[in-house]
Formats: sequence, C-alpha cells, structure tokens
Amino acid sequence: MSSSPGQDVILKLEDISKVYAGTVAVTHANFGVRKGAVNVLVGENGAGKSTLMKIIAGVERPTAGRIVFDGNEVSFSSSADAVSRGIGMVFQELNLFGNLTVAENIFATRELTNAFRKIDHKEQERRAAEFLEQLEAGIRPDMLVEDLRIGQQQLVEIAKAVSLDARILIMDEPTSALSAAEVEILFKVIADLKARGVAIVYISHRLEELIRIGDFITVLRDGRITGQEEMRNVDTQWIVRQMIGSDAKDFAKAGGHQPGAEVFRAEEICLPRVSGGLAVDHVSLSLRAGEILGIYGLMGAGRSELFDCIMGRHGQASGKIFINGKQVRERDTTRRIQRGLALIPEDRQREGLVSILSVASNLTLASLSRFVSLFHIRGGAERQAVAQMVRELAIKVADPAQEVSSLSGGNQQKVVIGKALLTGPKVLLMDEPSRGIDVGAKADVFRTMRKLSRDGLGILFATSDLDEVMALSDRIAVMSNGKLTGMFDRAEATEAAIIAASALGHGPSPNMENNAHD
Amino acid sequence: MTDVSAKAPASSASSGSLLLTLMKLRTFIALIAVLVVFSIAAPNFLSAANLILMAKHVALNAFLAMGMTFVIITGGIDLSVGSIVGLCGMVAGYLVLNGIDLEIGYTVYFNVVEIALITLAVGIAIGAVNGLLITRLNVAPFIATLGTLYVARGLALLASDGRTFPNLVGKPELGTTGFGYLGAGRLLGLPVSIWILVVVALGAAYLARFTPLGRHIFAVGGNERAARISGVRVNMVKMFVYMFSGFCAAIVGLIISSELMASHPATGESFELNAIAAAVLGGTSMSGGRGTIGGTIVGAFVIGILSDGLVMMGVSSFWQMVIKGLVIIVAVVVDQAQRRLQSRVTLIQMAKAG
Repeated sequence: MSSSPGQDVILKLEDISKVYAGTVAVTHANFGVRKGAVNVLVGENGAGKSTLMKIIAGVERPTAGRIVFDGNEVSFSSSADAVSRGIGMVFQELNLFGNLTVAENIFATRELTNAFRKIDHKEQERRAAEFLEQLEAGIRPDMLVEDLRIGQQQLVEIAKAVSLDARILIMDEPTSALSAAEVEILFKVIADLKARGVAIVYISHRLEELIRIGDFITVLRDGRITGQEEMRNVDTQWIVRQMIGSDAKDFAKAGGHQPGAEVFRAEEICLPRVSGGLAVDHVSLSLRAGEILGIYGLMGAGRSELFDCIMGRHGQASGKIFINGKQVRERDTTRRIQRGLALIPEDRQREGLVSILSVASNLTLASLSRFVSLFHIRGGAERQAVAQMVRELAIKVADPAQEVSSLSGGNQQKVVIGKALLTGPKVLLMDEPSRGIDVGAKADVFRTMRKLSRDGLGILFATSDLDEVMALSDRIAVMSNGKLTGMFDRAEATEAAIIAASALGHGPSPNMENNAHD
Repeated sequence: MTDVSAKAPASSASSGSLLLTLMKLRTFIALIAVLVVFSIAAPNFLSAANLILMAKHVALNAFLAMGMTFVIITGGIDLSVGSIVGLCGMVAGYLVLNGIDLEIGYTVYFNVVEIALITLAVGIAIGAVNGLLITRLNVAPFIATLGTLYVARGLALLASDGRTFPNLVGKPELGTTGFGYLGAGRLLGLPVSIWILVVVALGAAYLARFTPLGRHIFAVGGNERAARISGVRVNMVKMFVYMFSGFCAAIVGLIISSELMASHPATGESFELNAIAAAVLGGTSMSGGRGTIGGTIVGAFVIGILSDGLVMMGVSSFWQMVIKGLVIIVAVVVDQAQRRLQSRVTLIQMAKAG
C-alpha cells in the first residue's frame, strides 16, 4: 500500500461473512475504505452490496470476520454506536419521518436543547438551513418532509448524513430519485467532503456516474468480491465483466421439441385494484403443452397479480381459465391445484415455504393426498417421493428431515419447485424463479424448466430479467401496467421491441419509472 | 489468522449442540426433578393411591392442554375452554335432573350415553362458534374466545340461576342412572378418566404425526400464506382445532361433574390459564408452528405434580402460585435461549460452508 494522500485505509473489513436464515448474503469479503476518496461498490441486485454497507454502518452484525477501524478491531453494537464513531449512512430506502419537519428530521435523536432540556427549534432550523443551503435545493427547514418530492426527500437524507460530520459517509444509491441538476449539486458536495478528508462509500447502478466520481472500485457478485481496482485503471467493460462473470448466464439449451396442443388458456382476466383501476387489465393468453411462455414486465406490471388470479387467490378477480379446453370453474386454490395448476411464488420466504418445517414436509405439503390411505400418511411412500425429488432436482441436503430454513436460497427454491411438481401439474406458473439464488442453482432451475417442458408441461414464467426471458422462452408476452402489451415469437423478438412494449401501458408518468427501477 | 477464526466457531458449535440436547429435554428433566424432590420431601408421595389421585388431577388439565396445543400451533389461542368446562358440566347436570321439556306435556329423558354425547356436541358447537368468528368474521382469536368465555360462563350461570345441580344420581325408572361411572369408575385398576386420557392423547398424537390434517395444522401455524398457496384449506384446519379444543373441554366438564356428582356453574374458572401453561411448558411455541402432544402431556404432569406435591409438603397456596409462575417463565426463557442457540449453530455452519 503506497502512502500517497487519499490512500490511507480508515476502515477495513477482513474476511467478513453474513448469513441470513436461508441465504448467504456476503462471504469472505475483504474491503478497505480509504480516506479522502470515493470508494465505489457495484454489483447486480442481491450481490450483497447493501449487506456490506449495513455491516459498516452497524445496522447488521457480521456472522464471521473482523472489522478494523483506525487500526483497532471494533464491533458495532448498533447503528447509534457506529454513528458515534463517525460513520454516517444515506439509506436507499428513505429513513425519514414524514410527519416531522425537515429540521426535526435532520436532528432526530440528537436534538439541540436549551438548559431545561427543551428542544431549541430556532437553533435547529438555523443550523439545518446551513446544510440545506449547500445542497441548493430550495428546501425550507420548517417544511414537513411528507410535503417534499421524493428527490428533495433524498436531499434531506443527504443533508442529515452530512450534518453528522462523519468521517465515513456511506451513500446507498443516493441519486436514484434525483434530477440531473440535483446530481450535479450532490457531486459538488461529495467533492467538498472529499477535500475535507471524509471517506465516502458510494453505491450505484449507474456506471457512467461511478466512473466519473469514483476513486476506487470494488465489484461484488453473489456475495463475493470479484474485483478491486483503482478507478483510473478500469473501464465500463471491465466493470460489467466482473459484475456478470463469464459463467453467469448459463441458460440450458433448448430441447428442439415441438410444443403440443393447447393446455391452458386464460380469457379476459381482470383484477380490480384497491385504489381504483385494474391491477390486471383484460389479459388473455394461451399456452401449449411443452411450451415455455415468458412474461416480461417491470416491477408493478401485474405479472404476479395475474398468477394470483389464475391460482384463485383473489375472490374479486374475473375472467375464465381453461385447462385442456375445459373451463376451470373452481374458484379456490385447493381445487385449482387438483385441476393441474401449480404456482411457484415470487417471495420464497413469505409464500413459498413453511420455514420451520422439514424439507420433506415442505416438499409433500401440497400433495399429501397422494400418500394417504383413508387418513393415514404412508411414511414409506412419502419418503420415496421425497427422495426422488431430492435426486431429480439435485437438492443439496444431508437429511430431508432437516429444517428447510437451513438450506441455501437456491436449494430452498428447488424445494418450492419440487413441492409444485409433486402435485402433478399440467401447467406450472413460475414467478421470478431465479430471484435471489446463486449462479449454480440458477442454472439448475433453468435446466429443470427445459426438462419439464420436454416432458410436456406448459410453463408460464414471469421475470424482469431481459436476458432470461430472451434465452428461455418459446414465446414472450410483455405486460405493462396490468395490460398485455406485446406477444412475440422467439424468432421475431428483439430486446428493443420488448423494452418498448414494457413501457406501453404506462403513459406519460415519469414517477412510475422511478418506482419500477429498483 | 484464518486458522484461528475457523477453529473458534467449530468448537463453540459442538459444545453448543450438547447444550442444545439438554435444552430440548428440559421438560423431561423438569418432570424427573419434581418427582425426585417430592418423593424425598413428601412422605407417601410415591404411594400408588397418591399417584393415581395425582394422575386424575393432571388428566383434567391435560385434556384442555391438548386441545390448546393444536390451537396454539395454528397460531391462535383459546381462552374459552374454562367456561366450556363449566357450561358442559351444567348441560350434563341439567339433562340428568330435568331432561328436556317438550312443552306439549312430555319431557324427554336421555340415558347417560346420550347425555354424554349431547354434552360433547355442545362443547364442539362452542368451538365451532369460535372457529367461525375467527375464520369468517376475522376476529382475532384472543378477542373471539374472550367473548365466548363470557358468553359460555353466563349461559352456565343462567342454566340454574347460579345454583348448583346437586346429587346427579338419576332415577332408575327414567334410565338416567350411572352418571358417576366417568368420575369414579375403574377399568383394570385405573380410573376411567385416565383411560379416556390415554385414548384421546394417542389419537391426538397420531393425528399430529400421521395424518394430512395434522401436517396442515403445523403448516398453517408455520406460514399461513404458504399453506394457503399450497392448497391447504386453512379455514377448515382452524375450524377443526377450535372444535377439538371445545371437545376436550366438554370431556373435562363431564368428568368433573361426574366426580362430584354435582354441577356447579363456576367450575373451570381460570382453567384456560393452566392449559396454556402446560402447553408452553411442553415446548409449544406461542408464535405457532411448533409443539407436540407428548410434550404437552409432560408439561401438564410437571404443573400438576408441582402443585399437588407442594400441597403435600404444606407449602402455602400463595407460595405455590409464585413458584408456578416462576417455572413457566423459566421454561419460556430456556425455550428462547434454545432457539437462539440453534439458529446460531446453523448459521455458523452455513457461513463455514458458504
């Protein structure tokens, strides 16, 4: 390590791992934060950036590893502890109190008080005005936060972090809601902080931004650090290569089989929104046996809601569905499963698994009636089916009696898939089947989808990953704002056409774009 | 460097698993502890007569606790069981003494078997009311069963204007004799109520382990949304557990009035608290998804033996309450410690593997 200015490491993470029940968020990470420099952190969604930041900010404690701050090993008991040592954080999700004023928010938990412990509002507002002036945003300190635009709220969050007089300032996607002009102001503030020797940790998805203001870059992929470099030595391509890796997009090859007869049809599916309007807006589509139909759409496009309607989870949904040409009149989930529908939900923890039950119990939960004579569960038959699924899906588990929460995310996802398959479905609905699982498990999941379609299952899968939908689907449906806005054969689909279709339903509402963006 | 940090979690994990095993067996250890302490401290504690007497006491709470266990596993609570005990006792007493007046000059009297069945049906019906309130009208279980607690107790008092139905011997010419068999009868040297407990407990344990309904009870408590998406009929499962709890309470109502040969409307007050305590002591998690019938029975025995033993030792009833409360709190503290330890052991193993 050279001793030129801007290279002194103020805080070091050594061999840090963080495990949540079921997922390894970060593993064996080594990361140094340098003084008077912008330390950039990039990676895809779920790569572990936010986790790493939360560890530095004392929000989360590492499962293993050491934190060295100013040469001493430390362990932060809380974020307040980290703040008291001079570590501030601008959170991605805004941590503001909408019902309080800007000044009250900036001085929350360290209120300025007079001799009688009464809050000195005048002084707070005067000091807050100073910070806000730096940001040139025209925000008055006595305004209520809930009355501000999202971008302005983000500036308040930044002002709050700056006011801490921190030695390390972490910014988690600080520009996600800012206008171009506001970004320029933020960059001026950052340059100012840098000059004062503050170490800045900067997370963003916008690569051009990173290259402009970053001094050092660290790339994360699937919880591992895959590259660390000085910014002046790297270009966009290098960053992308480290982020994605060469093995990341391992889509199984198409089987080359011809899809069969129509197995599933939905007609005019509608679901009213609580706030008015339609979450699913007259969607009709059909699916053939052995076909993979990808449904692409941004967040909030209504993909999950469509699946919920098909599974009978919403009593107020309307429209008809057919399996093998026969209308499904049953309105409840239980009987729709019996008719041959199965859903792999998007949110594994909340909807996919009963985390305190064993792997085996989870696998057979939806198909118990298969193993029952009269009312007795035949243990042998159940164990056999479980063993078969574990083998077929390559679920890595020592003993199926283990609690399912002890598995990694990818293996948990396989359990959810196995549970659906054991019901003997004709149509499989998969909602973001590759979310939050590691590369190897992703490849396994894709291979399984291919195999199932070869075996004649109709698969509907929803995703917001363009590469995935292009690589896996036989046909691609695009949804936007509840409507079906495009339907492409694989041969004629282009990324540009799909992206264009995914913006069709929105109309001129720039806010939606911000919401859809992660 | 890396060597040291890799060793430390490994050793703490293995010592952790020994501690875990001890913690998992805590209710058994507690049961053995109370047995040993009282057999030393209280004379006659281990005599056959005393053991049978205690078992009869424990049985009453064990019935309620079994029903409560299923309810708690689904993530609910049933506060109405004590009142159902009282009301069912009154129903049985009323039928033995008065029959049903058809208001056309005839009064129908039932034999004892029919009376028992009607009483059980009343208990199940109140459980069904609880279930309907919770599943159809979305009333929180605590509030729904608090409501039926008062309603059932009020009805019990109304049945006799607050008086006791005495002397339930019945009349041979009406065919209403034999009500005392449940409480006083013996089969192969053991009280009938113990045999009933054995049958119901085995049935409940079988249900929990080997039937789809049992599996569904755990699934609903572990993750209701996931259970629903997996096709589990959540509402039916919940209906069942409250009806089963009502059924268990009705059995207790029958046994108590049969033992006393009288029905008193205040019978069963605060029984629900003992039932909850036994379930929790036996390892049932109040947040749902965890619990066993076997554990609950052991829990009921720990509580029952503790209070009977303390009486035999001549400990004042005020101190008994203090001790019972402490035992419950310690049980839950140990339970939580076990959870934390367990999740830490798994997480450390995963961190090493990852």
